Parts: sequence; C-alpha cells; structure tokens
Amino acid sequence: QEKLDMSMYPVESIRNFSIIAHVDHGKSTLADRLLEITGTISKTDCNKQVLDKLQVERERGITVKAQSASLFYNHEGINYLLNLIDTPGHVDFSYEVSRSLSACQGVILVVDANEGIQAQTVANFYLAFEAQLSIIPVINKIDLKNADPERVEKQIEKLFDIPTDECIRISAKQGTNVEKVLQKVIEKIPPPQCNTADPLKALVFDSTFDHYRGVIANVALFGGEIEKGHKIVSAHTKKRYEVNEVGILTPNQQPTHKLYAGQVGYLIAGMKEVTEAQIGDTLFLYKQPVEPLPGFKSAKPMVFAGMYPIDQTEYNNLRSALERLTLNDSSVTVHRDSSLALGAGWRLGFLGLLHMEVFNQRLEQEYNMSVILTAPTVPYKAVLSSAKLIKEYGKDQITIINPAQFPDKLSVSEYLEPTVLGTIVTPHEYIGKIIALCQDRRAVQKDMLYIDENRVMLKYLFPLNEIVVDFYDVLKSLSSGYASFDYEDAGYQSADLIKMDILLNGNPVEELATIIHSDKAYTAGKLLCERLKEAIPRQLFEIAIQAAIGKKIIARETLKAYRKNVVAKCYGGDITRRMKLLKRQAEGKRLMRKIGNVEVPRDAFIRILKRETDK
Amino acid sequence: LCPQWPYCRKRCSYCNFNTYVVPAVDEAAMRACLVREALTLLRLSQVHSVTSVFFGGGTPSLASPRTVGAVLEAVAGAAHLPAGAEVTLEANPSSTSTSRLSGFRAAGVNRLSIGVQSLDDAELRLLGREHTAEEARKAVEVAQGLFPGRTSIDLLFGLPGQSRDAWAQQLEAALGLCDDHISLYQLTLERGTVLAAQVWGGVLPAPPPDLLADMYQTAHTVLVAAGFRHYEVSNFARKGALSTHNLSYWQADQYIGVGPGAHGRFVPRGEGGCSREARVQTLEPVAWMREVQSQGHGTRSRVVLSPLEQLEELLTLGLRTDEGITHERWGHFSPELSLQDVFGVPGEAWALQQQGWLLLDGSGLRCTWAGLAVLDSLLPDLLWQLQRR
Repeated sequence: QEKLDMSMYPVESIRNFSIIAHVDHGKSTLADRLLEITGTISKTDCNKQVLDKLQVERERGITVKAQSASLFYNHEGINYLLNLIDTPGHVDFSYEVSRSLSACQGVILVVDANEGIQAQTVANFYLAFEAQLSIIPVINKIDLKNADPERVEKQIEKLFDIPTDECIRISAKQGTNVEKVLQKVIEKIPPPQCNTADPLKALVFDSTFDHYRGVIANVALFGGEIEKGHKIVSAHTKKRYEVNEVGILTPNQQPTHKLYAGQVGYLIAGMKEVTEAQIGDTLFLYKQPVEPLPGFKSAKPMVFAGMYPIDQTEYNNLRSALERLTLNDSSVTVHRDSSLALGAGWRLGFLGLLHMEVFNQRLEQEYNMSVILTAPTVPYKAVLSSAKLIKEYGKDQITIINPAQFPDKLSVSEYLEPTVLGTIVTPHEYIGKIIALCQDRRAVQKDMLYIDENRVMLKYLFPLNEIVVDFYDVLKSLSSGYASFDYEDAGYQSADLIKMDILLNGNPVEELATIIHSDKAYTAGKLLCERLKEAIPRQLFEIAIQAAIGKKIIARETLKAYRKNVVAKCYGGDITRRMKLLKRQAEGKRLMRKIGNVEVPRDAFIRILKRETDK
Repeated sequence: LCPQWPYCRKRCSYCNFNTYVVPAVDEAAMRACLVREALTLLRLSQVHSVTSVFFGGGTPSLASPRTVGAVLEAVAGAAHLPAGAEVTLEANPSSTSTSRLSGFRAAGVNRLSIGVQSLDDAELRLLGREHTAEEARKAVEVAQGLFPGRTSIDLLFGLPGQSRDAWAQQLEAALGLCDDHISLYQLTLERGTVLAAQVWGGVLPAPPPDLLADMYQTAHTVLVAAGFRHYEVSNFARKGALSTHNLSYWQADQYIGVGPGAHGRFVPRGEGGCSREARVQTLEPVAWMREVQSQGHGTRSRVVLSPLEQLEELLTLGLRTDEGITHERWGHFSPELSLQDVFGVPGEAWALQQQGWLLLDGSGLRCTWAGLAVLDSLLPDLLWQLQRR
C-alpha cells in the first residue's frame, strides 16, 4: 500500500478541530456528513455514526472512545488537511474531552435547534473557552418541525457572548449547509502554532489495543516530526520505545512516511498495554526531553462498584474478560475484592455512572458475561487523629472504599466526602420540584440564572454519593425528560458520616454494612430493613431485622415465623415434583449463609446488594 | 393399583390436574385400554396381591360402572384381589345418583370419596364447581347409605376472602354431615389456573398466612375433639376408617399407575428389573390410547430410583403421617444405616428435636403436631443431613 506523504501539508494548511455538543444533538451525524463531503468515505445511506466503532456506542447513540479522522478538502485552490477529533459527549469523560481539545485550535459547537442549550453544551463550551479555542456555533436539526433556530441563537448570544450572525444553521441528517461549516472551519480556526524544526512533542489523546499490533496511540504533534525507527520516551512512565509505524486515520489506519508538527494521527511503538500510553501523556525523542504538555492527570475514579460473577465457577472467565476489556480502557481501576456473601470478585472504579453502565454493557455484549454489580459507592476519606492508626496506615488521611475499613469516630478528627459541582438546565416550570430534589440530596445552591424566557440554569454543589445511585433518573422523570444534568469534580468536603450496620436477631451482617451521612441514615436504614424482610425467607422462628449505628437501633422490621408450611396434597402424582423442589431447597442449604441462627440464601444478598438497573 | 379417568365435565378454577374436558368420550376404547394397560403392568411388576385400588382422575364418577367393573375384573384375573381390599372411587356430587352409585358398588367399589370442597354456595361458585351445597349434602347422604363407614369427603379451606368464622361454620356443618373420613386441603394456588390468576392479579384477595395457620389449627382441634385421628397432614379418620390406599403412598409401598398421566412406583421384575422405578404414563389420552394399543402400555417415562432417592421419598412422605417412619420400614430401604445412625447423631434432626418439631424414639421418626404443620421447613434440613450420610 502506498504510504501517504504528509509533507505536502504545511502547517498553514492544517486545521485541527473537534465537535462538541450535548448528548444527542447531532455531533456524530455531523461527523458522518463531514467525512462524506470530503470524500473520506463514500456517500451511502448507511453512513451512520461512522466514527462510533463500539457496539455499545452505536446502540446507545453515544460516543465513548474518541476517534479521529483526517479529512482532505480543497478550498479556493488550496489543499487543506482537516483533522477532526471526535470526542466523547458525556460528562463522565470530560477529562478525555479536555485532552482531545488540547490537540485542537478550534471547535464546532453543535446545538439542537429545538432543545437549545443543555447542560453539556455549557460544560463543553467552557472547556473549549478555557482552552482558548475558536468556537464555531452550529445549530442543527433545523429540518425538524419544532426547530427554532432564532431562539437558540439568542440563547447562544446571551450565554456565550457569541454574535447571532456567527451561527450556522444546518441539518446534519440532510446535509443542509454542512459544506458551509467546513469553510468556516478553514476561515475561522487558526492553523496550529508549531514548528517541525522543534524537538518532537506529541500529545497522546487516546489509545487502543490491537491484538496483533499492540497499543496504537492517537497523537497530536505539537512540535517536530516522527517516523519509523525513531526512539521515543513517555514523559509519564519514562519508558523508551522504538516507533514501528506512523500514520493518519481516515478514519481507518493509513500508514504514512512521517507525521509533522501540527498533524494528528497514530503511532505504534511496541507498547504492550494501554497504561503505557495514557491519555494526556507527552512523548518525546530519546535524549531530547521537552516540557510535558500540561493538564495530564491519571484517571480518577468517581464511582465504585463491586463486580462479582453470578456463580463462583465463573470467576476465571470473568477475570479474563475484565483483563481484556480493561486493555482498552485505562481509566477503569481494578482492585480484587471479596464479599462474604458473593464470594471473590473485584471493586472497580469508573469515571462516572455512564462509564460504569457502558463497561457493564460491553462485558455482556462483547464477552457474554453476566455479573452481579453491587450498588455504586464513592471514596470517602477520613483524617485520622489516632496515633496508632496513623502509624498503621503510614499517613494521616486515608481513603475508605469498603465499610469494613471505616475508622471509628473516636480515632478520626474529620470525615470527608467527595463533592461535585452539578449544572442543571431546565424549563422553568420544573424549578420548584428540582430545587426540592436537590435539597433532599443535601446539595447547596451556588448559582441560578435564566438563560432565556423559558429556561433556567442551576448550579448546585452535591455530595457525590447523593448522585451516583439514581439522581439523574429522578431528575429526568421529575421534569418529563426536559432537564439536563452535568457535573464536575469539586473536591472533598467535611461530612457527618457514620457506619450503619444491619443486624439479624442481634447479629451483624457484615456484607450489608454501609457508610452513610447521618442525615440519611434513618431513611436508608428503614428501606434496607424493608427490603431484607422481603428477601429473606421465613423461618421457624421470628427474625428481628434491625439497622443500627453503633449500639443505637434506628430502624426495625420483623419477619414472622412460619406457622404453617406443608404442602396440602402429596399423592402419587405429586411426589416427583415435590421431591425435585425439596431437593433443590436441600441443595440451597449448602449455599446458605448463617448469621447466628438465621439462614440467608445467597440470592437474598444479591437482591439487596445489587444495583437497581434502569427501567 | 391407581387407575385414572382423565375426563371432567368442566375445569374447576383451581385445578391443574391432568384432566380434559371433551365433548364425547370413547368409553369403550378407554375401557379396553385401561384394562390392557392394567394387565400389562401387573404382569410387569409381578405383583401377587393388590391391596387396594383407587379410581382417580379427572372425575371417575363420569365413567360407567361397566368400565370400573371391567378394570376390577382384569385385576382380579391377573393378580390376587382379596375380598376385603379397599376399592375407592372418587366422585363428584353431580354424578352421584343412587342408581349410579349402586352400579359402582355392584361393580366392586366399596369406598367412596366425594369432592364436596365447600358447603357454601358462593364459595362453590368461586371454585368453579358444578354443584350446589345442597347437592353435595344429598350426595354424601346417598353415599353413606350405600357405603356406610366407608365414605370420605374432601374439603378446601383458605379460599380468597374466607373468614375465620366462615371456616368454623363449615367445619360444624361438615361434622354434622360426614361419615368417618375427611380430607381437608389448604387451597394451593397453582400457576396456570384461573383462580391463581385472579389472586395474583389482585382481583381476589390473597389469604394471609396467619389466617391459614389458624384455620388449620382450628380444624385439627375441632376434628380431634370429635373423635377423629389426624393421621396425615390433610387426612382425618375415626373408628379406624383410614385410607389404606393413601397410606401406601406415604409408606412408600409399590403402586401401579394406569391411565393417562398416572404415576407409579414399582420394580419391573417381569423384565428382570430389580430396582424401584418412578414411572409416569403418557399424559394426553389419545396419545396414551395409541401407545397402549400398540405396545400394551403407554409409559412415558421410567426412572430408576437410587437407594438414596428411595430413602428421600420415604422420609418426605413418611413424615407426613402421625406415625411417621417406623424403624422397620426404614430398615427395609436402608438395611445398613438405621434412623438412629442418620438422625440420632448431633445435627439438624437433633436440633429440630430440641426445638420440639421432631421425635426420634423407640417406634421411629415422626413429627410433633406443631412440626407437621411446618414440615416443608424441616425437610430440606433433614434431606441435607441424609445426603451427607
């Protein structure tokens, strides 16, 4: 295959840009159209979400992994190289978005002509704005009946201070005005400011793992040039590699002789794991170190969930599935964990709820594994005051992921919980309910602003754990789907945390202990007791189910004893069926966990511990 | 021997048995097949003496006395059917005219079990029964006339919406009416039945568990006070009128099922077998008849029961009776390990005895009255203990 010669594209003819938008506003469809217009892919009816290669992306209509594509376009006699960097549209991946943006000089901000500005429109705008990128506003879906581009233009002007005449009205689906967008990109977005004469400085903005070729790193060159045979070093890991191949993505891999400053493409350099090519890392030539590009951070998990095989016999299968899935997702943190109830498993850290759901879905679809996913928890912290514990842990501030690790109040000077700054955009008729919801979730209002006559933007500081379970779902249903939500990490705050135990006839059930804010303890305890009452089978004696904080009981349910439990008829025809059932129950005895004298089947634990799935 | 007549005139709202409502029954063909299969299986089992016969179904009283007679004759011909052997026919009050019942008696039936189910008309309608309470009463009277001391009635309790008082009244009424044997069944909601759908769908109230326990307790108290012996979970008899046939289930004797959907437990010595098998005949009547006509019997499945499985059945069934499992009976199935060896050591059975649910003594292993009521909570533990041994 002929290798492309990238030297034909001097820096002045290069435009690096990204498309940012709120979920479902048409980002990927616009990308499809751009690829078609530039001849990168042929125009057929089946070009739908071309850049979304993962099945889960295509099904859910979301972009999870950032892809890039190099487009070639001739405008007014000049051949331009336009590098489109597709970004994940979801809040969980804002770090990826920010790294992709740092490889760009401009963005196309897509807003739905009917929905208008939504929470992520705002969040993504600010990311681009802070990165000092040129912003081209595009109003999409003008072909739909309820489109009101004029209103949206006014919103954009009011909120982002961009004049209405800079907006381009398009229909990505039909292709209307899409070419204008390309031209605007060339006119308005500056070429990259960099020099091929400088030493190599490459930003890794994504990486994938290929079984045969190893890690493929998506890079943007901020200086210098790179080709096969070069020896490069990772600023983060300090490891050294030799480059095997470089190329561009169209969107499939197309090898080239070299890549030059200002260009975007991929390289393969004998890296074995994606953790060796972390997003945000800087690559430079051996013996020519450079100042690493700013903004690199190791993936920080926001949400934790326990993952257990449905049956312990599946443990090994699940382990290899996890290994393979995390090959391509270096932002999932994996720790081995075990539960008395569920056996051996893992505690996984995700960037957010969507990340966790997508991961779970990929596990099911790509590896055919069904797992028990326990309710998400967040990493709490404690500032220790006990000398003994400080010595034991080697530091005075610890992170608590497992309730069993929760240090007692007496040994702690302060407990901390993670918080996020959430942005909600909603039609004004739902304000009352939403404010009430936020208050219920211990959130503190930081800002409230009308973005137009109908819609309000609210900013609240939330404790993260109040959001991870079902906040988004509740928000959506309260507002008939019209409210949108986005959040970003806002550090830790002091919190009145306690450990709530569950007791059965006085004996604690370790697996069900939870760390919770004292305000919420009563409601949570009551709910848990009620759920347990439904989940535990009746026994020959009464069972007292209690939620307790230390010695104090805060909630209780009673499961009455069986007074009659014998099948009425047992004659010839009934016997076989009866025996089957009884023998199954006898088998079940093997898997029973005995808490004191109370028998709790594994199934009951699963029902209580597992995460409520979306309806 | 357990011949099945798998036809009914209508399906009751709670019934999930293998029974069929058809416009016309080819009685002659059915008769011939029942006879043929009975002969085949008797020969197969090499049983010498048939201790009891129970015509079940469906509604056996819909069959003609001629059919009943033909089966009994065949049995008597192929094996020894002692003169005093218990021959029971299940009857529906709507097919129990004097003449009909006389016919059955002449054919050899000497015990009648009437499906009364309830003595309240509203309840009978709820259950989808074909008869009224008055008709049921009459039927019992007629039956008692023809089969004195050998008439049994079936009653249901725990109906949706049934109150404690209503049940107490029924018991009173039943006592005034009945002969010397009563079968009292707690209504069990089976998937696929109309009644279950109504209750689970919320149209009818589900009976609260405590109420059911109370009703059962009341029944026990009232009947025992009236001289009945509560000899099995759901069966009461006075003056020694226990059902021999049903006892043979609970003692894990051999029994031969004849007819569509019939179940059997016997050793097919006739083919050289030496292990007890669990057998089921083909469910659907037309298919069954075809098989009987071509092969002599319509056995759909036969599974050899391992010694452990046989013991498990004995345990599960035997504990349903007031006598429980005698050491002797246990020894028949488990010559090496006695009841004491398995259950007399520290373990589940020991704990259950401590808690007052079980008794293991000189006569054998049995439940206390309280234990009987919660037998299904005891059995998994006991089976587990048995399996380990």
